[in-house]
Amino acid sequence: MSAKMLMKGNEAIAESAIRAGCQAYFGYPITPQTEVLEYMSRRMPQLGRVFLQAESELAAVNMLYGAACAGVRAMTSTSSPGFSLMQEGISYIACSMVPAVVVNVMRGGPGLGNIQPAQADYSQMTKGGGHGDYKVLTLAPSTIQELVDHVGLAFDLADKYRQIVFVIADGMLGQMMEPVELPEMRELRSPPAWALTGAKGRPKNIITSLYLNAPELEKINQQLQAVFRRIEADEVRYETYLLDDADIAIVAYGTAARIARTAIRRAREAGIRVGLFRPITVYPFPYEALGEVAGRVQEMLVVEMSAGQMLEDVRIATCCQVPIRFFGKMGGIVPLPEDILAEIEAITQGKPALVAREGA
Amino acid sequence: MAEAEKLERVVFSRPKALSDTTTHYCPGCIHGIVHRLIAEAIDELGIQERTIGIAPVGCSVLAYHYFDVDFAEAAHGRAPAMATGLKRVQPDKIVFTYQGDGDLAAIGTNEIIHAVNRGENITTFFINNAIYGMTGGQMAPTTLPGQVTTSTPFGRDVRAAGYPLRVCEMVATLSGAAYVVRRTAINPREIRRLKKAILTAFKVQMAGLGYSLVEVVSNCPTNWGMTPIESLEWIEKNMLPYYPLGDFKVAEGVENL
Repeated sequence: MSAKMLMKGNEAIAESAIRAGCQAYFGYPITPQTEVLEYMSRRMPQLGRVFLQAESELAAVNMLYGAACAGVRAMTSTSSPGFSLMQEGISYIACSMVPAVVVNVMRGGPGLGNIQPAQADYSQMTKGGGHGDYKVLTLAPSTIQELVDHVGLAFDLADKYRQIVFVIADGMLGQMMEPVELPEMRELRSPPAWALTGAKGRPKNIITSLYLNAPELEKINQQLQAVFRRIEADEVRYETYLLDDADIAIVAYGTAARIARTAIRRAREAGIRVGLFRPITVYPFPYEALGEVAGRVQEMLVVEMSAGQMLEDVRIATCCQVPIRFFGKMGGIVPLPEDILAEIEAITQGKPALVAREGA
Repeated sequence: MAEAEKLERVVFSRPKALSDTTTHYCPGCIHGIVHRLIAEAIDELGIQERTIGIAPVGCSVLAYHYFDVDFAEAAHGRAPAMATGLKRVQPDKIVFTYQGDGDLAAIGTNEIIHAVNRGENITTFFINNAIYGMTGGQMAPTTLPGQVTTSTPFGRDVRAAGYPLRVCEMVATLSGAAYVVRRTAINPREIRRLKKAILTAFKVQMAGLGYSLVEVVSNCPTNWGMTPIESLEWIEKNMLPYYPLGDFKVAEGVENL
């Protein structure tokens, strides 16, 4: 590990990808992720690697698809409206089973929305997003260090499962600075046997997502589902904070989770036993672990920078075992610790929850 | 050499770069001719082991079954973007896209224009038959004025549906284009000219001169509702006046290849 240095989130994403052996980056400017593109435009040519500013996110994701087919580590990054444009290519990449990494630095929506931090692409990122039956392993960092770690991990997981992997960040994480330790520069990996490198000394390779024969496409779908079941079994990640003795569990990820931690510390000072459950993978969602937490706390508070997209997963995980209160900010508004503290206090004062306990 | 041995000499065979399989193309379709010519060119240039093709969405969506080279299947219109990604990370490979008029000139207009404009060192074979074949004969961006299709049942009215797009003339204006030509395959003479253009296009890429694009004015007997012979006559009478054959961009250095 190298010494700590102060880095902006977006630049940390870029440098971490480079150190993970990213050989090609394609992107399109969009706030609040543009610094990833700018950083890559400087660094990639220095290293003799590929940087290309595409004419659109549609083109960027298809360039990514092409480079990924060649068997190199490749990445694109974008923000919400651009991420919507990429859904077509993501669906093709998922079906073709080629590894690739996409970082979404989310901003307020829907529509053109704004350029402030938001978490309103949760459903799009965790439930499929494009057409067809697929899901994408999605890592949700909440610090710049974790952003660095997750970008490297995303490349490894993409290779491991031959699938596209997302890192879900937001304008706050992209724009803020924190001290980080960067990993060592890794070796570039050589193309796997399935890659399109020219049929020299082997039969031709084909990468396609077209299966006109329905039983054949069903089989491909079954293979994909088997991969998703393995991911769900082996890749669930979450973190807890002061949860062991908690009466109230806050469930939050990413930027919302950082703010929740501050609110939790303050609530603890006031004698309220509250802790944090933070999904690190939002797909696969830690249903089982959160369900277990639901069995031992009195109430849950879900905090999101959206209208309650993760809330649906929390409800599935907790099966009405526990009353759930929801606090969401939309449109690029970042919740303040005081906002969350007020919600915690509302629970202690017996204010009604959004979801009542079963039978109550 | 004995006279009998001379008689047994093989003078015509399947190109190595063409897979030994039957295609799904309709009888009389020019796709088969263009496939064969591309495969012959790959053989003659000795590039089979380093060529990567990209199939479009349209009638030639299954082209990857017919060529014996590495192949990817792109999203509709995105082949030039995918080719860009493939070529940029392995510049020593020969990358070509094979696209129809709906794929290249409607849904993929953005991708082709920018790929050509960047001077990507790739090759595109553009099959223009003025109709959407695979979906059953709808209006294409290249459908002629007045031409009846299943979505222009009264003939293409340019006031409502716009004008047929001339791709070669358009992309030839871009600085990144090295070789942009229009050919057809309606008779042996034109087929020979087409073959020469395909060879040149690959050579342009091998020499690193920039984007090469060969448009083939093609037919669709099935959706035009004609016999193959009638369709070739229709090309000559109706298509070629609007889409004149010729060289629209031949950059410096191409002549010497």
